[in-house]
Amino acid sequence: MTPTRPAADGLSVLDRPNSYIGKTVPRPNLDRLLQGRGQYVSDLELPRMAHVVFLRSPYAHARIAAIDADGARRMPGVIAVVTGRELEAVITPWVGVLAHLKGLKSAPQSAIAIDRVCWQGEAIAAVVATSRAIAEDAMEQIAVDYEELEAVTDMRTALDPTTPVIHGSLGDNLAFERTHNAGDVDRAFFESDTVVEAEFVFGRHTGVTLEPRAVVADWNAAEARLTIYQGTQAPHMVQNIAALHLGLKEAQVRVVCKDVGGSFGIKVHIYADEMATYALSKLLRRPVKFVADRVESFNTDIHARDHRCKGRIAVKRDGTITAFEIDDLTGIGPYSMYPRTSAIEANQVVNLVGGPYVTQNYRARTRVVFQNKNVMCQYRAVGHPIACSVTEGLVDLAAAKIGMDPAEIRRRNLIADDAYPCASPSGMRFERLSHHASLAKLLQMMNYDALRAEQAASRVRNIHRGIGVASFIEVTNPSAAFYGVGGAKISSQDGVAVRLDAQGSVICQTSITEQGQGSESLTAQIVGSVLGVSMERVRVILGDTDNTPYGGGTWASRGAGIGGEAALQAAKVLRGNILDVAAAILQSKPAELDIVSDSIVNTSDGAQRIELSELARIVYFRPDTLPPGIQPELMATRHFVPRQYPFAFTNGVQASWLEVDTQTGFVKLLKHWVVEDCGTIINPQLVDEQIRGGVVQGLGAALFEKCIYDERGQLTNANMADYLVPMSGEMPDIEIGHVVTPTLETELGAKGAGEAGTAGAAAAVANAVNDALRPFGAIITEIPLTPQVILTALGRI
Amino acid sequence: MKAAAFAYARATSVVNALELLAVHGDKAKVLSGGQSLMPAMNLRLLSPDVVIDICDLAELRGIVVKGNVLVIGALTRHVDLQRSADVATYAPLLRDAIVHVAHPAIRNRGTIGGSLAHADPASELPACMVTLDATIVVRGPGGERRIAATEFFKGIYETALSPDELLVAVELPIAPAGSTCFFQEFARRHGDYAIVGLAAQAVVKDGTFANLRLGFFAVGDRPLLAAVAGKLIDVFVTPASLAEAAAALVEELDPHEDQQGSPAMRRHLAKVLLLRCVAALLARPELDTGAAG
Ligand SMILES: Cc1cc2nc3c(=O)[nH]c(=O)nc-3n(C[C@H](O)[C@H](O)[C@H](O)COP(=O)(O)OP(=O)(O)OC[C@H]3O[C@@H](n4cnc5c(N)ncnc54)[C@H](O)[C@@H]3O)c2cc1C
Repeated sequence: MTPTRPAADGLSVLDRPNSYIGKTVPRPNLDRLLQGRGQYVSDLELPRMAHVVFLRSPYAHARIAAIDADGARRMPGVIAVVTGRELEAVITPWVGVLAHLKGLKSAPQSAIAIDRVCWQGEAIAAVVATSRAIAEDAMEQIAVDYEELEAVTDMRTALDPTTPVIHGSLGDNLAFERTHNAGDVDRAFFESDTVVEAEFVFGRHTGVTLEPRAVVADWNAAEARLTIYQGTQAPHMVQNIAALHLGLKEAQVRVVCKDVGGSFGIKVHIYADEMATYALSKLLRRPVKFVADRVESFNTDIHARDHRCKGRIAVKRDGTITAFEIDDLTGIGPYSMYPRTSAIEANQVVNLVGGPYVTQNYRARTRVVFQNKNVMCQYRAVGHPIACSVTEGLVDLAAAKIGMDPAEIRRRNLIADDAYPCASPSGMRFERLSHHASLAKLLQMMNYDALRAEQAASRVRNIHRGIGVASFIEVTNPSAAFYGVGGAKISSQDGVAVRLDAQGSVICQTSITEQGQGSESLTAQIVGSVLGVSMERVRVILGDTDNTPYGGGTWASRGAGIGGEAALQAAKVLRGNILDVAAAILQSKPAELDIVSDSIVNTSDGAQRIELSELARIVYFRPDTLPPGIQPELMATRHFVPRQYPFAFTNGVQASWLEVDTQTGFVKLLKHWVVEDCGTIINPQLVDEQIRGGVVQGLGAALFEKCIYDERGQLTNANMADYLVPMSGEMPDIEIGHVVTPTLETELGAKGAGEAGTAGAAAAVANAVNDALRPFGAIITEIPLTPQVILTALGRI
Repeated sequence: MKAAAFAYARATSVVNALELLAVHGDKAKVLSGGQSLMPAMNLRLLSPDVVIDICDLAELRGIVVKGNVLVIGALTRHVDLQRSADVATYAPLLRDAIVHVAHPAIRNRGTIGGSLAHADPASELPACMVTLDATIVVRGPGGERRIAATEFFKGIYETALSPDELLVAVELPIAPAGSTCFFQEFARRHGDYAIVGLAAQAVVKDGTFANLRLGFFAVGDRPLLAAVAGKLIDVFVTPASLAEAAAALVEELDPHEDQQGSPAMRRHLAKVLLLRCVAALLARPELDTGAAG
């Protein structure tokens, strides 16, 4: 797993003595977190800090006729009750559209609803008090006069002429539509031997972070500066948006983001209640804290998926896939989310369906509609689970129809490992993927043939087990193509500054952020390896717009690939600078020296010449002893952004082995395998745990998780008892293997790994369930695969 | 999600707890393990004026055998049931059931008295009490009342307890020699409340049931001691008679609709459980034919 990127001298900058690359080293932040010294916003206390709670609409769609908050205002400890109308003076509304998503429309959204609420859970007033409990007490005293309006809830009828239009000014409930047509689809279908079609239905679900969304906004009137402490994935984006809507310059806003208790894409957006909190701090001239409770998290954290996608596949008798066609529909709530928009998931579905396969015949349509439910937006593996489930579901159905083994049909259709570079019919460009190597490795890891034999043997005993395979591609390391080109001020580049301090320790400031995936660790590993210093000496600072270079943050599987490359390049420059000084001190040449284990050594014989601490001492305290003309620069900064490819695609394949109790409809997951190719692996344990965590979220989608709305737009399971997250008791062992194809666009060679697990897990499970149920003739293309769904498909109830 | 303000009183004795209950009546709530009460208060589904904490009352904690009866104090925690040798010996059904109640952290705090007083129809322990023919012992201003488990549960979260009474203990007849038991439930995840469950105890003689008690739960508003058991006692069970019993069982159930399952699904699963239970207790796997569908 050691990357083998030859540099000019035959050795890569990473392939050095005592390199940390490819090694499982403990994360530097582990002790801090385990000893309870994490700095979570939920725990933050500031002098004079007030707490805000939001009175939220119980209706999915209603006109606000009157708000009577006099009683609440008079309660002891209550500082203010603020309505949308009052807050409007401090913060401007926004519209969640981007120019490159052509035709995408949305309506202006306010920090707090004015006149009308559009989903159950939308805030209609803020209660600010000296404690959260007092604020909640006061909230109960506010009387609101609502006139309930008809709610648009079913995405299938949202575009019907008889359905009310949620935002009259938009003309209809269609937020976005995209069609794509490549190759000759009609002819491919006409000339195929078999056509299979199905409708795939995906439940609406959400991210359920352990620490809910949390923000403390602190307007300092004396400095005319707002400090925002927030659990976010993108501090500079928050800075930009907050400044924009509060009428401030970015320099007047500092965003600090220390530890974050999980994010999964939930915390990469700008939420109305967070905007309201910034504005309240400015209005009230004191720190204001908002921490979502679990019920409001379910009602306001973005939801995701919730697609209905019709798919068709054309195959020849020999298994050749000749075309894919999809017609996708999704409902995103009443507003397109800001600033990344709610069209991205559907857009990704169009981009990704059929992606692993050779066929160039592909037709797609997606429609994104408004409805009176909570907002939907990007959540881990955006669009991928849908594209993968549709593609892989169709491939399995086709294989079953022509009587071909699911592994064999993939072998015959996956893009050959030597066909790169190439592009998908949707125009996605692939630098280098390894579908066949990955599949071969997976089949070997799972002992596929033996498993098939076991499956057949257990059928005789009335035990119904299934095998499901799902190949996938994954968007990582996005360039400006993702958001920047559409006009969003979301940086796709990242920067890292590295400096050597007076005792030879290294401080490293990076613009990527840490939400548990190990950004801190991988940065220290890269910097330590490139510099030749031990990791204990490297301290990584992230999450502070005042104190890190400007950059995108951590999302879309970009931290390691982009931020890691910036760290590598910065460390390389610093290394060169250090060696220049060392050569001057030692009257040698930089090329004859190296840094190994915190010391300057001779390249020739490895003999130690001078400790870094000694070098630093001379530089900082006795520069008088250096030769004239030398100005040491023991700090270096580099930025990086991918330019050659819009995305560094990764690939992989997953398999599920499970048992269906055909009497009860319960599914028992027996085992799960993943083979993944994320290029250079910096820390195998971090990568494997990212994949495992992602798989678990995918398994949650497959079997458990669903936001259940009733026909009036009420979310009926907004609590941890009724919304079923996957728990360890139900999770199988997840075995992970790797194929390593580094990207050539960077010296590091790393692509993203954070979302791959989520991309394919549900598809593998759904295929396995259908494989198990094959003797019963039941086919299910809906997730979550609940006992109710399975028993119904089996005709038992 | 912060509870509304409430007053807190720590009872020093059962008598003191009863005095406090007498004063505050239905404005008060007894606090045992807090595993059901506190979430309800934090969600503001319940806002008692006073919380009466009885956790210090050692007299309410413990498991003892008295003659033919196993006495379990109301404050005995789930984890204590799980670990008790007496429970394993004299009420093995309870031992089998308790590991299905929630998760270790909750079992470390939750109490049997709290579980029975809470009376969630999907709960394991109330069904076990009904199956085991337990007596629920309660104390109030007028002294002690002894209520048969079959009379104790009145509906969803409803029991025969009045607001000024305290559940102090349960008494279980110790399992007769030669008895066997069966416990199974269907839950989406380990530790979840059941979609349907069955707690059964039987005496099997010469391959037939000399006695059989079937306590179904999550099939109605309270645990159900199925009358259909009577059809299976003292007869040689055949696939046909079992199918007949399964059909009759369905008539007895009044399951509700919720997000985990429709009434039809609950009826179906109850039948599956009946077949599995009878097949297991009689050690005749062939009876579980899968014909329930
Ligand atoms: C995540 C989670 C999962 C759970 N899963 C399950 C499960 O699968 N099955 C299950 O059965 N339970 C489950 N529970 C509930 C748990 O078993 C509780 O312990 C139990 O229901 C209540 O016991 P307690 O001692 O905590 O009671 P408390 O919460 O303290 O009280 C519950 C109610 O009983 C009343 N009460 C308590 N003690 C007495 C008394 N001695 N006399 C009169 N009234 C009294 C209280 O006033 C209150 O109304 C779960 C709980 C949680 C948090």
